[in-house]
Amino acid sequence: MSGYDQGKGSDVLDAQDRARFEQLVLPHLDAAFNLARWLLRRRADSEDVAQEAMLRAYRFFRGFHGGDARAWLLQIVRNTCYTWLEKNRPVELMSEFDEELHPQPSTSPEALAIAGDNRERLTRALETLPPRFREVLVLRELEGCSYKEIASITAIPIGTVMSALARARQRLHRALTQSTPQEASREL
Amino acid sequence: MSCDFTPTLLHGYLDDELDAARAAEFERHLECCKECTAALGAEESLRSSLQRSGLYENAPVALRKKIRAGLDAATASSAGMRISTWRMIAVAATVLIVAGVSWFSWPRAGKDSASTAPFTVAEIIDAHVRSLQPGHLTDVTSTDQHTVKPWFNGKLAFVPPVKDFADEGFILVGGRLDVLGGQNVAALVYSRRKHIINVFVLPTKEPDTAIHLPGLRQGYQWRHWRRQGMEYCAISDVSDSDLYELAQLMYQ
Ligand SMILES: [Zn+2]
Ligand SMILES: [Zn+2]
Repeated sequence: MSGYDQGKGSDVLDAQDRARFEQLVLPHLDAAFNLARWLLRRRADSEDVAQEAMLRAYRFFRGFHGGDARAWLLQIVRNTCYTWLEKNRPVELMSEFDEELHPQPSTSPEALAIAGDNRERLTRALETLPPRFREVLVLRELEGCSYKEIASITAIPIGTVMSALARARQRLHRALTQSTPQEASREL
Repeated sequence: MSCDFTPTLLHGYLDDELDAARAAEFERHLECCKECTAALGAEESLRSSLQRSGLYENAPVALRKKIRAGLDAATASSAGMRISTWRMIAVAATVLIVAGVSWFSWPRAGKDSASTAPFTVAEIIDAHVRSLQPGHLTDVTSTDQHTVKPWFNGKLAFVPPVKDFADEGFILVGGRLDVLGGQNVAALVYSRRKHIINVFVLPTKEPDTAIHLPGLRQGYQWRHWRRQGMEYCAISDVSDSDLYELAQLMYQ
């Protein structure tokens, strides 16, 4: 998979392009929507941005020369989401990478088993993470992406995907622990 | 005793992204390190919570419609093109209905009709998940293809081709009978490191196809193809590159 060129979209797509797009890219609409939903956290915004990203992908489609269509699309979705966040909710993109300042012990498996099957708690915990941690978790655990795919979608070097996931999981453990009052007090 | 292993390696191991040598080294370390064993347990439990809590959100139907309209508007519209686009959408809609609102088998080559897949993605995923429950994985457990293949004899109206690919990293675990779309099918079970791959096999009268493009839903990947009178669908939570490798091995 190669990157797509931000600069030149084509607007002379024909029925053949349309058919190829339908076959190769549109099947990944769920993946596109799911990533947007977790990056933006609000369904209505996610619909708008997923739609915008899909149409943008279509304009760039002549620049897609085969390979991993899902990763290619998700790269565009991610960029569209970040552009949207910069414009509409810039605060969310700040306050990152401070977790080294507050190292925490990891949660016990038992505590997690209790916390785990609670969709709402997991959602809340995930949503408290900075987008850059949230996205690697969503790509890995919900979308099933390989490290290579995550690297190409998020534009981080492949060598750092593992440590990004390690930190993201640590953050999620901590967010889950903090959202249970009893667990939090036991930690003290 | 404090562990001196690089802590991030545990994540590479969890994600099946270490090379074989490093994975083996980590497994040896696990045998004697309680810290890493506990940490791995915590990560596995976090993962299964994430994957089992229905966090994945599919695109709403209305969004799909809006996008299709947007694509049409951005497509050059001579009268001829417009007709073929609409015909294609109509075909696509039929496929969606037949396949249970899923694109089970978007054909790579135009010849293969997607609507002939005899089961839906939902059925495949259900069967795969069901098989992972304790005691459900295999009816015959053996790494020997010469034990697994004859076991199907007489139990089905066909005998599926069974091959072991242990040398290539796909270990035959066994086989079982399963039901997909109301038909009895053979399920061949392989393991790739710690992950289970189900390959469903049933006879078909349709012509051979290439290995179709991958599908993914709820964290499960699948690959589908037809070859020499048999319909195959491989499904797992391994990466698509692994699944594709197995599909290619079976395709030969
Ligand atoms: Zn250790
Ligand atoms: Zn297919």
